[in-house]
Amino acid sequence: MLNVGLSMLGLSRFQFAMTTVFHFFFVPFSIGLAFIVAIMETCYVVTKDDTYKNMTKFWGKIFLYSFAVGVVTGIIQEFQFGMNWSDYSRFMGDIFGAPLAIEALAAFFMESTFIGLWMFTWDRFNKVVHCLFIWLTAFGSTLSALWILAANSFMQNPVGYAMNAAQHKVEMTSFSAVIMNRQLWNEFPHVIFGAFLTAAFVVAGCSAWRLLKKDHENFYRKSMKLTLIVGLIACLGSVWSGDTQTRYLINNQPMKFAAMEGLWKNSTQKGNWSVIQGTKNHKTTWSIEVPYALNILGHHSLKGTFKGQQQVNKELKAKYNKNGQTRNYYVPTRTLFYSFRIMAVSAGLFALVAIVGLWFNRKKSQSIMRQRWFLYLMGLMVWLPFIVNTCGWFVTEFGRYPWVVYGLLTIADAVSPTSTVASLLFTNIVYFLIFASLGAVMIILSHRVLKQGPDSVLTDGYSSKPQESDKKVDPYEMGAAHND
Amino acid sequence: MTSYQFIWFLLIGVLFSGFFFLEGFDFGIGMAVRFFAKNRDERDTVIQTIGPHWDGNEVWLITAGGAMFASFPMWYASLFSGYYIVLFLILVALIFRGVSFEFRANMRTDTWRNFWEWASTLGSFFAAFLFGMMFTSMIQGVPIDKNGDIFGSFTTYVNWFSIVGGVAVSLLCFIHGLNFLRLKTSGELRARAEKWSKILYPVLLAGEVVFVILLYLTTDFFARKPMSTWAILIALVIFTLAAWWGAQSSHDWASFIASGLSLISVVVLIFNGLFPRVMIATNNANSILIKNASSSPYTLHLMTILTFTILPIVLVYFIWSYWVFYKRIKSPKQVA
Repeated sequence: MLNVGLSMLGLSRFQFAMTTVFHFFFVPFSIGLAFIVAIMETCYVVTKDDTYKNMTKFWGKIFLYSFAVGVVTGIIQEFQFGMNWSDYSRFMGDIFGAPLAIEALAAFFMESTFIGLWMFTWDRFNKVVHCLFIWLTAFGSTLSALWILAANSFMQNPVGYAMNAAQHKVEMTSFSAVIMNRQLWNEFPHVIFGAFLTAAFVVAGCSAWRLLKKDHENFYRKSMKLTLIVGLIACLGSVWSGDTQTRYLINNQPMKFAAMEGLWKNSTQKGNWSVIQGTKNHKTTWSIEVPYALNILGHHSLKGTFKGQQQVNKELKAKYNKNGQTRNYYVPTRTLFYSFRIMAVSAGLFALVAIVGLWFNRKKSQSIMRQRWFLYLMGLMVWLPFIVNTCGWFVTEFGRYPWVVYGLLTIADAVSPTSTVASLLFTNIVYFLIFASLGAVMIILSHRVLKQGPDSVLTDGYSSKPQESDKKVDPYEMGAAHND
Repeated sequence: MTSYQFIWFLLIGVLFSGFFFLEGFDFGIGMAVRFFAKNRDERDTVIQTIGPHWDGNEVWLITAGGAMFASFPMWYASLFSGYYIVLFLILVALIFRGVSFEFRANMRTDTWRNFWEWASTLGSFFAAFLFGMMFTSMIQGVPIDKNGDIFGSFTTYVNWFSIVGGVAVSLLCFIHGLNFLRLKTSGELRARAEKWSKILYPVLLAGEVVFVILLYLTTDFFARKPMSTWAILIALVIFTLAAWWGAQSSHDWASFIASGLSLISVVVLIFNGLFPRVMIATNNANSILIKNASSSPYTLHLMTILTFTILPIVLVYFIWSYWVFYKRIKSPKQVA
C-alpha cells in the first residue's frame, strides 16, 4: 500500500517524505528552543542572574545549529512542489502559493534578520532590546508555522475555493475562509505545543546527561527545572489539542479516524477500544480491548458509535468513484494505528517524567542527583520527541491517502510528468547521504558543545578561533595563527 | 494581460533583482573564503562580513520562489520541474554553503575547517554558476509541450551560451563580493580586494562581449526588442566600467553599487526579453504567456495588497540591520 517501489510515483513520494521528515526534525526543535532561549534571556533581564545569561548563550548555541540546518533544508521544501509535483502546483497554485509567499515575506524575513542581530550584538544594545531580538525571532518562526499549516490545512480540508473545471485547477474565493479553516486551528496549536515539548525535553535530557557526570550542578538543574515546567505545560497542551483534532476527524476525515483506532467494522454501543491488534485483509484478527474507552476518548461520553473503515470505504466509493471506477479508499491502517498509539503513550510518559523530575529537582533537595536511573531515563528521552513528531505527520499525511488535496486531487495526478526514475533515484540517494551527514554533524557538534560546558567562552559569530577548552586539542592551529 | 498580471511580472523581477544584488555579494564572499583569503584569520574576517546577513539575503530567493508560485503557478511549475536536476544541484550547493559558516567555526582540526571552507567556496560558486546557466539556457527557448512540461535534452541545459552565462554570473558575483569586502574591511585585505578587482574587470568585460555575441546568435531578444535590449546591454557595460573606475580610484561605494547594478541589469535584460512571455518554447505556439500563466484575479488582488503592506515594513528593518553592522570589521591584527 505504501507503494515505495522503484516507480516514478513511489520515488517521488519517498523523496517528499524523506525531505519533509528530516526538515521537521529541526523545525519544531528550533521553534521551541527559540522560545526557551527567549525565556532564559528574559529571566536574565529581570533577575540579572548571570546563570541565565550563560544558559541563554549556551542553549542558544545549539539553537543556532538547528536553525541553520532548518533553513537549508527548508529551501528544498519550497522548491520541490514545482520540481517534483508540478501538476499539483498547477492545480493548487492559486491557493497554496499565497500562504507560502506570505510565509517568506512576513515570517522568514523577520526571523532571519533578527537572529542575525541577536547573534552578533551581545553587549552592543541594552539588555531589553537584545532580548527583544530573540523574541522577534521566535515570533517570526511561529508565524512561519502558521502560514505553512494554513496551506497544509487546505489540503486536508479544502475551504474557500471554487473549481475551475476548464483549466483543471482550484481558485481561491475567500481568503478569510482559508485562514479560518477549522483544520488549521486544530492543527496549529498541536504543532506549536509539540515544538515546545520537543525543545523542552531535549534541553532537559541533555541536562540530565551532564548531571550524571556531576557537571555544573547549579547550571543544569536550573535549565532542567525551567524546561520541565515548559515541557509539562506543552505536554498538557498537546494532549488537549490532539484530542480536539482527533475528534474533529470523526466527521471530517472518518477514514483517518477509523484507521487510527483500528476500526474495520462499525463500533458497537459498548465502545471497545483496542490497545493493540492484528489486522489482515481489512479485518481485525485479534485485539486487546478496553470497553467504553473508545466512546470516552472519541465522544467524551459512554454512549455512541463510530463508523468502521469498511463502511467509510463504501461511502467514499459512492461519493467519489465515477464511471465504474473501482478505487478503494483504505489508508495504511497499521501505520496510523501504531503512530497514534506512540503519540498517546509518549504523551503520558512526558507528563509523568516532567512531574517526577520537578519533584526530584525541588530546591534544597539533592534527590535528583541520587536518582541516577531517572537521569538515564530522561537522557534517553532526548530522542523521543523527534519520533513522536514524525508519527504525528504520518497520521496526518498517510491518513488522507489516496488524496493529496482531500476529495479534489489524488497523489498520482499530482506528480511531475517530466520526472524520470533515473533522476529521482539519483536525487533520492544524494539527499539521503546529505541528510545522514548533516544529522551526524549536528549530533557531534551539539555533543561537543555539551562537553565543553557552559564555562567555555562562547564567542559570538563565526570565529574559528579555538575556544579555551580546545587549546590542548589543537596546538598546530595555535602555532599557525601566530606565524601568520 | 491585466494590470495585476503586469505588476506581478514586475514584482517577480524586483524580487530576483534583490536576490542577485544581495545574495550576489554573499556568493562572492563565499568564493573569496578559499579563492581570495590567504589564511585562517583572513577567512574569519571575510566570513564575518556577511555573518549577520547571509540568511536574510537568502530569504529573497525564497520570497521570489514563493511569489512565483503564488502569482504564476504555471510558470513556477514548468520552470521548476523542467530544470529539475539543475535546481537540485543548486539546492545541494546552497545546503553546503548555508551550514558551512556555522559548522566551520566549531571544527577542531584543520582538515575539517578546510572542508567546510571549501564547502562554502564551491557551494557559492556552483550556486551562482548554475543560476546563471539556468537563466541563460531558459531564454534560448526550450522544448515545451502543450501541458507546459519541458522535455529537454542535455544540450537544452548545457550549451556554449549557458556555460558562458554561468561563468559570467559567477565572475560578476565574485567581483561584487570583492567590492563588498572593500566596503567592510580595512588594511591589507581591503587593498588586496581592490587590486583583484582591477585585474578581474578586464576579464569580465571580455566575458560580457562574448555574452552579447551569443545572446545575439541564440535568442530572439534583438529581433523582437532591439532598442530596449541594446539599451540594457549598454547600461550593463557602463556599470561595469563605472565599477572598474571605482576600483582604480578607490571609490568603494561606487564600485559596490555599480557591480550590484550590473547584476540587476542582467535580470532586467532577461525579464525584458521574456515579456510578454514567461517561458519561451522552441515551438513558439507553446510559449507560456503572462496572461495564461497567472493565478486568479482574486489571488493576485489579495497578494498585491498583502505585499504592498508587508514589504515596506520588512524593508525598514532589513535595511536597519545593515545599518547596525555598517562599521568596517577590523582584522585580528588591528584589534591586537
